[in-house]
Amino acid sequence: MAPFRLEARNAPSSLAKWLAPPLAAIAMVACGFVLFAVLGKDPVAALHAFFVAPVATRYGIGELLLKASPLALIATGLAIGYRANVWNIGAEGQLAVGAIAAGGVALALDASGPLVVLPLMFVAGALAGALWAAIPAWLRTRCNANEILTSLMLVYIATLLLSYMVHGPWRDPEGFNFPQSRMFAASALLPVIVEGTRLNAGTLVTLAVVAAAWLFVARTFVGFEMRVAGLAPGAAQYAGVSPAKVVWIGMLCGGACAGVAGVNEIAGPIGQLLPSVSPGYGFAAIIVAFVGRLHPAGIVVASLLMSLLYLGGEAAQVALALPSSITGLFQGTLLLFLLAADVLIHYRVRIGARTAMATP
Amino acid sequence: MTHGNPRLELAGITKRYGDVVANDAIDLAVHAGEIHALLGENGAGKSTLSKIIYGVVRPDAGTLRWEGRAVEIASPGDARRLGIGMVFQHFSLFESLRVVDNIALGEDGPASGAALSASIRGISHAYGLPLDPSRYVHTMSVGERQRVEIVRCLLQSPKLLVMDEPTSVLTPQAVERLFATLRSLAAEGTAILYISHKLAEIRALCDRATILRDGRVTGECDPRAEDQASLARMMIGSDLPHPRHRAAIPGATMLAARALDLPAGDPFGTPLAGIDLDVRAGEIVGIAGISGNGQRELLAALSGERTTRADAVAIDGVGVGHLGIAARRRHGLAYVPEERQGRGAVPELSLADNTLLSASAQGLVRHGIVDRRATRARARDAIAAFRVKAAGPDALAETLSGGNLQKFILAREMQQSPKVLIAAQPTWGVDIGASAEIRQALVDLRDAGAAVLVVSEDLDELFEIADRIAVIARGRLSPAMPVTGTDPEAIGLAMAGEPGARAA
Repeated sequence: MAPFRLEARNAPSSLAKWLAPPLAAIAMVACGFVLFAVLGKDPVAALHAFFVAPVATRYGIGELLLKASPLALIATGLAIGYRANVWNIGAEGQLAVGAIAAGGVALALDASGPLVVLPLMFVAGALAGALWAAIPAWLRTRCNANEILTSLMLVYIATLLLSYMVHGPWRDPEGFNFPQSRMFAASALLPVIVEGTRLNAGTLVTLAVVAAAWLFVARTFVGFEMRVAGLAPGAAQYAGVSPAKVVWIGMLCGGACAGVAGVNEIAGPIGQLLPSVSPGYGFAAIIVAFVGRLHPAGIVVASLLMSLLYLGGEAAQVALALPSSITGLFQGTLLLFLLAADVLIHYRVRIGARTAMATP
Repeated sequence: MTHGNPRLELAGITKRYGDVVANDAIDLAVHAGEIHALLGENGAGKSTLSKIIYGVVRPDAGTLRWEGRAVEIASPGDARRLGIGMVFQHFSLFESLRVVDNIALGEDGPASGAALSASIRGISHAYGLPLDPSRYVHTMSVGERQRVEIVRCLLQSPKLLVMDEPTSVLTPQAVERLFATLRSLAAEGTAILYISHKLAEIRALCDRATILRDGRVTGECDPRAEDQASLARMMIGSDLPHPRHRAAIPGATMLAARALDLPAGDPFGTPLAGIDLDVRAGEIVGIAGISGNGQRELLAALSGERTTRADAVAIDGVGVGHLGIAARRRHGLAYVPEERQGRGAVPELSLADNTLLSASAQGLVRHGIVDRRATRARARDAIAAFRVKAAGPDALAETLSGGNLQKFILAREMQQSPKVLIAAQPTWGVDIGASAEIRQALVDLRDAGAAVLVVSEDLDELFEIADRIAVIARGRLSPAMPVTGTDPEAIGLAMAGEPGARAA
């Protein structure tokens, strides 16, 4: 009989709740040591390349925040739905549609000042993202269609729509037939906020949205209703919470946040519309939302971690000539360990055969 | 009668949960052919002890002997192999599966569906426990789910049958049939451990009784030689509480249903047909019936969880049938649902947050923002008013015992000074002390001028507190009879839907 076994705790352990993430980090470092050693790389140099080198400079920290920003923003929006059992996994498409709408505004109004163009871009991006998310919301409340499937399928439509726009109507006439739009005018670009980095005002938008989401889930009655709907559908029915309202709010929040993240990308580091404006932020944000335990503060931490893994992965590929599949594998182990460590919150590990009795 | 080794003998069984000693050095012996009562209030440690016997929980100390041989029962599978069958008070059924699938999962070998269905029908027929093997458990009421558990057990022809509060949802006639079954099982040599807090039942059924209080054995006796008062003193350490009850002075009709029809909410539900009901201010109307006869639909229609045409339901003369539950609360409705965890309260939330489920319109929310000080104060008041055993307003609902959570929910509803209170199974699974307090609170609310509707399968409870009783059977509701003009036997016949039986 196995010497180790899991025994359910009487109550979730709050100590384990705090210890689980560091435990996962230690396990991942140990695992990385073995992995890199087996590949014939110096483990210390590899771990240094992964976790220290990317943030050793001011520019590096700026890049860290720049990548964390869309992850945190999208995950915050998605988490509002996830806490209420509304499973929007189409943020990547909502981001693309937000970028299309905001890009349209930027291209049409590039003669106006930044105080006109940028706010309009954010409004257009948020509305477009929300509108794209409204399609699965409507299908769910109207036809009881599963929003997991419909929101995912709409991702492909949205990214192809973006591709069509930059290949067709909005292609830069002076762009040597490359599939990309004109560069936006300066009035449609977010100002850099830290000298010597690419960090721009979009990060402030993210922080504001995260703070607002925190207030929403922690203090408002609608936020409470969403939580009840997620925890106990029977109690939500008893309280008179409309299931349709829960779906609509969950989907629209996720869509709007993803749309704004799209605006941040095109008005920030990219500065124009390209066939693809996101390296998969919309999907990675799903992981960020869960690693952050669907809480705004946790999501901020998780987004920084995820961003570091991205940057570290690139740095390690360059510095150590590691294949990208290895960095991806290493990123995956951290997430695996994080989720595995969560088991300890509800279970304790007992050593010894199961027939043994604890001492009285 | 008690020759040789006992079928099951416990010695010095102790189990701690943190600082709480659930079982403290329990000794107990059950012999073949004996119906042995384990008597005690909820929280006395009966359920823990039964889980130890069934291998669900392992003791911290003590020994179990099966037919004279020391055994370790490490899992329910071990218990079943020894020949122990158990009917839990809280059911262990998969809601998304059919009855036959649930029972097949409990069998040790692969079981053929058709043959198993046939034996389920056979057992359920032989013991008067009507059950359709192809129904999904999620569509079944509490009482019907209990039937599944009983039939599942009897299918294994156990040598020791442990029954945890099996009669709480049966009609008097069904209780008699169950007792006849248990007596014939005992006559065939089965040992039966019968866990209950119902003194009259134990005196009628059992040969021996072991009494638990606060996790300790406080007495062993022949219950037939004791009277209720002496058993009660051993069980609760004081005399039985009796509610004060004076004649009702009914006023205007506060809750009315008129020709209320409601289609079944799911394929196995019971449609309501032509329900007429009046509950007047200052009276308690009880609705008796075997679960699954439309109680769930009636509660949904009256509470507003499901809506109907406007004039089918009226509160204080205003048609509210088309309004949802939140809107009906603004007309003065309060509702204590049957399920406490997951419906009346969210287990993972604090008591303060749980006040918001039904009382959000009572000044606890300002401009969409939850007033935390107000919710905590309200929870604190509810805890104090009903002497709820809880760590405070921040205690999670899941940390409360069933009785304490029920007291909290009832207190929360009564704080709203409702014109109408609907309570479903208000004391199901609640210990005697808390049950008495809950019933007293319902009577006090009546005396304060509220109209109270109690839907319960516990006839003793209805006869104790109700002023009039109606019976629901197959989605139809009988006229409400004054309790003074009827008796439990007549109500029981009407509950069973016997042809020609009348509630009066």
